[in-house]
Amino acid sequence: MSLRNNKALRNLSDTNLLLFITIVVFFVMYGCAVVFLGSGFLKPQTFFNILNENAALIILSCGMSLVMITGGIDISVGMVTALVCMSCAVHLDYNGGSVPTAILLALFVGLMFGLVQGFLIAYLEIQPFIVTLAGMFFAKGMTTIVNATQFNVEHEAFKALKATRITVPGMGSLNKLGNYVPAYVEIGVIVALIVVVVLFVLLKWVKLGRNFYAVGGNNQSANMLGINVKRTKFLAHLLCGLLAGIGGFVYFLHVGSGSPSHASGAEMNAIASSIIGGTMLTGGVGNIIGTFFGVLSLSTIKNIVSSLGLDEAWWTNITVAAMICLFLLIQSVVLSRKNKRKL
Amino acid sequence: MQEGAILEMRGISKYFPGVRALQDVDFTLRGGDIHALMGENGAGKSTLIKVLTGVYPKDAGQVFMKDSAKPVSIKSPQDAQKLGISTVYQEITLCPNLTVAENMYIGRTKGALTNWKQINARAGSMLESLGIPAEPTQQLASCSIAVQQMVAIARAVDMECKVLILDEPTSSLDEREVTKLFTLMRDLKARGVGIIFVTHFLEQVYEVCDRITVLRDGKLVGEYVIDDLPRVQLVSKMLGKELDDLSGMQKVETAFAEKDAQAPVLEAEQLASIAGVKPFDFTIRKGEVNGFTGLLGSGRSECVRAIYGADKTTGGVVKMNGKRVKIAKPLDAMKNGISYLPEDRKRDGIVGDLSVRENIILALQVMKGFFKPFTRAQAEAFADEYIKLLDIKTASSDTPIKSLSGGNQQKVILARGLLSNPVYLILDEPTRGIDVGTKVDIQKLVLKLASEGKSITFISSETDEMLRTCSRLIVMRDRRVVGELSGAELTQNRIMTTIAGGDE
Amino acid sequence: MPSMENKPKATAAGKLPAALLGLAKHQIFIPIAALMILILFNLIADPSFFTITLDQNSAGDPVYSGYLITILDNASELAILAIGMTLVTAASGGQDISVGSAIAISGSVVLRVLCGTNSRPDTLQTPIIVAFLVCCVVAMLFGAFNGALVAFFKIQPMVATLILFTAGRSIAAWINNNELPIISDAAFGYYGNFIPGIPVPTPIFIAIACMLVIALALKFTNLGLYTQSVGINAESSRLNGINPTWVKFITYVILGLCVAVAGFIKVSRFSTINYSVVAKDIEMDAILAVALGGNALSGGKFNMSASILGAYVIQFLTTTLFKFNVVSSALPAYKAVVVILLVVLSAPIVRDKISQLWKKRTPAKTVKEAN
Repeated sequence: MSLRNNKALRNLSDTNLLLFITIVVFFVMYGCAVVFLGSGFLKPQTFFNILNENAALIILSCGMSLVMITGGIDISVGMVTALVCMSCAVHLDYNGGSVPTAILLALFVGLMFGLVQGFLIAYLEIQPFIVTLAGMFFAKGMTTIVNATQFNVEHEAFKALKATRITVPGMGSLNKLGNYVPAYVEIGVIVALIVVVVLFVLLKWVKLGRNFYAVGGNNQSANMLGINVKRTKFLAHLLCGLLAGIGGFVYFLHVGSGSPSHASGAEMNAIASSIIGGTMLTGGVGNIIGTFFGVLSLSTIKNIVSSLGLDEAWWTNITVAAMICLFLLIQSVVLSRKNKRKL
Repeated sequence: MQEGAILEMRGISKYFPGVRALQDVDFTLRGGDIHALMGENGAGKSTLIKVLTGVYPKDAGQVFMKDSAKPVSIKSPQDAQKLGISTVYQEITLCPNLTVAENMYIGRTKGALTNWKQINARAGSMLESLGIPAEPTQQLASCSIAVQQMVAIARAVDMECKVLILDEPTSSLDEREVTKLFTLMRDLKARGVGIIFVTHFLEQVYEVCDRITVLRDGKLVGEYVIDDLPRVQLVSKMLGKELDDLSGMQKVETAFAEKDAQAPVLEAEQLASIAGVKPFDFTIRKGEVNGFTGLLGSGRSECVRAIYGADKTTGGVVKMNGKRVKIAKPLDAMKNGISYLPEDRKRDGIVGDLSVRENIILALQVMKGFFKPFTRAQAEAFADEYIKLLDIKTASSDTPIKSLSGGNQQKVILARGLLSNPVYLILDEPTRGIDVGTKVDIQKLVLKLASEGKSITFISSETDEMLRTCSRLIVMRDRRVVGELSGAELTQNRIMTTIAGGDE
Repeated sequence: MPSMENKPKATAAGKLPAALLGLAKHQIFIPIAALMILILFNLIADPSFFTITLDQNSAGDPVYSGYLITILDNASELAILAIGMTLVTAASGGQDISVGSAIAISGSVVLRVLCGTNSRPDTLQTPIIVAFLVCCVVAMLFGAFNGALVAFFKIQPMVATLILFTAGRSIAAWINNNELPIISDAAFGYYGNFIPGIPVPTPIFIAIACMLVIALALKFTNLGLYTQSVGINAESSRLNGINPTWVKFITYVILGLCVAVAGFIKVSRFSTINYSVVAKDIEMDAILAVALGGNALSGGKFNMSASILGAYVIQFLTTTLFKFNVVSSALPAYKAVVVILLVVLSAPIVRDKISQLWKKRTPAKTVKEAN
């Protein structure tokens, strides 16, 4: 009940309150991992590996957060990622494509999904869930139509790009032989960080970003306030599609292969990360930095579970589910208490 | 353009399938005028406003603004804003998740980036100059409804609008806030802003307005200077008939001695609820009509909600016919023969997509039980009976209730209450936002039901309505019962002084 | 002025078009039209699609076979799920995306109870009816978990059920220690295949039984009124004595029961279970069935028969695509195109545009009728 009496806390917006919780939870969790699971978690590379593994997920989650802030949802991002991987793989290996054209192809695929889905959702006012569900099915089917089986890409320039490691200055650790190994990140991480920064600026300062919040808060009001609601929703889905394209290529760069089973369930991970990051499905509340920490929290908990020796896949899923459950309850309790009708 | 006019609408028509919402309506607004737009529900006020603000496209007619020879085209709220036409609606049309300052500037600042420092500073000085108690960085949702409304006005003022439309802005404000709003309106008037003021409250029209335009059935009745149009004439113009019906509505003299002899139907002692109403005592006898009065937010509705079990009670005892009963939820109240018509019809009353028939039988059906549904024939019979009895205007009992007019929706809710044959009926603002004709019908019905031996609690914002129907008034202030008036004490003055707290 | 702000009502666009429009406005029109198109397509492409023959199955019993039988058979689980999904959608204004995972759990429970500790028993360790009842209880408990999150904690349904969606298949694997039990008793297979001597697949009967139960429930209880009322206006329902929290909760429990039946049929079909594949994507199909039935996914009024018909339309589409040699993994792409077409055509905005176009084409008639 002290929450209600604390003026500073009450003046904190819902968005910032949830962001605060997310960041605290991440550090507490990582701290626990360090304390109880040993020094493995202290090595910088462990942390950077989390980033390397999840660069694509960060990008997808950012897109998801955007549409969730406007009150929508996009469950097609995972399968779009798979489609992007497969298309790029086929393009590089069988159709004699080059890396730049592959990147263009990835962006094009993502953009097309964003375009069509955004149009149906914003201008024909069809429910986002149904539209992107169909989008997900479509991408899933198209992936196997492009190529039904998994294969590794042998394109030289691409492999070189994939192997590129960027050392993190001033970070590193000693390996078993006692040699100093600098910590590194993959190119995808740089892309992901750029995306995070750009979207953070977009949501905080750029008019379009603020319009996302307004539309998610109350779209009728937003219309009355002179915001073009349809265009705003359309652009949110378009951006999400584009980010799915970028995320798809980053994923492709990380795995270096095309497969119909790539990124399966990524949409759920993206939704989960957004929720853990303090984005609410009801719209109008959310933060990109939160989403970033949401992805980190999600993968940290996965790492903890596997270091506990509970390697079987089901434990990871159950823990992730428990974590979503926990965060939903926290959100529901904290917000209802904070915004309880003042008497 | 007429002399001094800043806005002129000529020959505006708007059709909806099956309805002619506006037919050839003219409207002229002069700079520095407060212009009331009056009419019954369904007269076309809202449609006219929505055409002007670009929410609806018009089917015919032209809109002229000062300084432009050609008619202007308004296709969206944005177009209207650009032309200097701002609107403040009854429902808050701001975004609850954004800060106060952002709500004032979003959707209209130049440049692609938001300068937070600047908008917070500007919002701060604007709020201060208008005397609005809100911080620019506060989240809007944490402000009271009245403050939110004022933020909306501050936004319009800051836009230096030439035409300000206030669509029923006062219905959620209390008297003090209304006074403040009027000060603000006069201030804007002095700056040369033309204000279109849409309201149901006659007193307020005569307090601030310069001119009145009356609409009826989508047609223009006329434009009048306020001093030339006495109230009675205004009402008769809105209704399109003389006031025999209204003036003939005299309070039915009731013998109080006889009423007092009756045993109380319901007694509440020290009842309190989580909605914050202070413990109060309450008694109602058979055949009695009493009422709760007080300013908005004084706890009138919260009292009856506590009795009905709509808000969780935190203490107190309720007795029906002398026996103690437990009312923890609405179903308990219903089973004890209490029926409640909620204040906010749209939010708490109607079940929009269900048919008129299902809406009528809903309460009785729930009381009868989950496993005992009425047959179609039974339900039809009930519905038809009450559609006829209350003269509900609907195409059929299958029509979804949301397509009925406000007054008819209210009658359906009333029918729902009556169908369960309650001994005690609570009517919270049954006449709000409905046309004058239906208002009179409902008042008459209340008196008729009382004469049949039902006990009724009647709450209304309009004191004369209460004086016409109630034999006893419970006066509330700051969520506390501060007085009880009956018999000769029931005068406008006495009620005012009790509400204000001056005990003679 | 609510009466003026309504959606356009039927216009005076001539008698025949009016009648057509009237039918088009009826909810069940969408699945019927979709079904008609599919039937027509198949009639033109290959009329043999509709032949039903009496063959012998591997056990030597006479059984009916043909595409129509396949559709009716395979749509059974989906139709059963559509029942529960419709109620959940109506009352809570959201969908349960965990039904596929929950089917894996209930199927896993059935096998676990039947097999006991041994994963490949020669005889059943418990009677089938006991296994079925246990499975019902477990599935209803998981339904109650979803329902509690939605109704008591007021979490949006899709998010609340995301939890079980993520964890469900893992829980299913955990129930059987990640082993793959196989039932060798032929009697267990009767429920998902054929009962000897009856040439019609058993799931069809089970689906019909479920439909009868729900039809009776809707007729002899206020289930329909309560769920719709809560879905349209929860506060108003509460003030009229309904407990919206419980109504929402109960719909999820009912969906749990539907899941149990569907899960039971699923494992009976194969006498074993594949945790990661069983009933994969069925949640999407079930939601589509509700949407195809013209029910608003935001809750409120529903039409149960339209939803069930929607389920059969989806299966019809699936089978048709299979017949035209579409690879099963590419199937979703075609389904998506069909779904988008249907949804776009039934979108209110598109429909209004179409009826406006219709009016413009017959202006003279409109004027005549209007006068």
